[in-house]
Amino acid sequence: MNAIQLVLVVFSCFGFGAAVARFRRGRLSRAQLLIWSLLWAGIVAVVLRPETASFLARRLGVGRGADVVVYLAVAALFYLQFRLFSRLEDHERQITALTRELALKDIKEPPHGR
Amino acid sequence: MEKRVIVIPAYNEERTIAEAVRGALQVADLVLVVDDGSSDRTSEIAASSGAVVARHAVNRGLGGALGTGLAGALRLGADLIATMDADGQHRPEDAKRALDRLSAGDADFVIGSRMLERKGNMPVRRRLAQLLGNALTFLLFRRWVSDSQSGLRAMTRAAAERIEIRSSRMEVSSEFVKEVVDKRLRLAEVPIEAVYTAYSLSKGQSFLVGLQTAFKLVLHKLLD
Repeated sequence: MNAIQLVLVVFSCFGFGAAVARFRRGRLSRAQLLIWSLLWAGIVAVVLRPETASFLARRLGVGRGADVVVYLAVAALFYLQFRLFSRLEDHERQITALTRELALKDIKEPPHGR
Repeated sequence: MEKRVIVIPAYNEERTIAEAVRGALQVADLVLVVDDGSSDRTSEIAASSGAVVARHAVNRGLGGALGTGLAGALRLGADLIATMDADGQHRPEDAKRALDRLSAGDADFVIGSRMLERKGNMPVRRRLAQLLGNALTFLLFRRWVSDSQSGLRAMTRAAAERIEIRSSRMEVSSEFVKEVVDKRLRLAEVPIEAVYTAYSLSKGQSFLVGLQTAFKLVLHKLLD
């Protein structure tokens, strides 16, 4: 095993560990844990046996195994970025709604009119 | 007679808010200042000048403040609502003209346009930015207005109840146009004169903020 493989495998173990920890705390559903586990397992498989990626590449009609990995990674990142953006927008709107309610909680017309 | 409420969103405007409130009170029954989390004395000065003040605990941006202003005006029983800037660039008589246009009964939403009569001293860069704003607003929402970025607008109670403001920041001006189109409100424009001072110029959208606004508009169009 060379250095880059070691680094990536250790990193994947950390990723898997984090997913398990979140599952234990009830923050991930069983299905989500499964998806993350498959993802990290897939990464470890490709790292340890790069020919798996080449096999996938041939199946998908992409030239090289490394290219498939990069394409999938970019797609995954775009997806996560999109989700993050949507979440952030939701939070912004919720904070605004909260701020609004607090601000308007006790406004009232001054007794003397204008 | 209808109850007229003028909404003034304000963020750190202690220098100009008193004058803006007093001017607005000349043409409205009630002035509601939404202090958007200012760190200066905007709230105190607005209140002592005679405005009702709603204070955001944290800064939410122009769109957030205007949304609060409309909701607050409705709670205060407004029949007609106008919005004005706090930096002194809008004249009370123009707000009155916009409100009067609603009283005439043939419009639900009025935009005070700096372009109908080219008076005032609008700087070239502002004019250019405004044209871009108009073009983008037209492309996205299919409605041409001569001053899509104007902060002086007026609407009936029924219109304010139907308009949903979801954007937090500067893109809110175009969102009003979108809502007018979506909700099939009757739109009118009245000429206004904007007074540009060094102070109000320092407060408007910079080029960079304008770009962010444009980006947000496109993004919202794609996602919503």
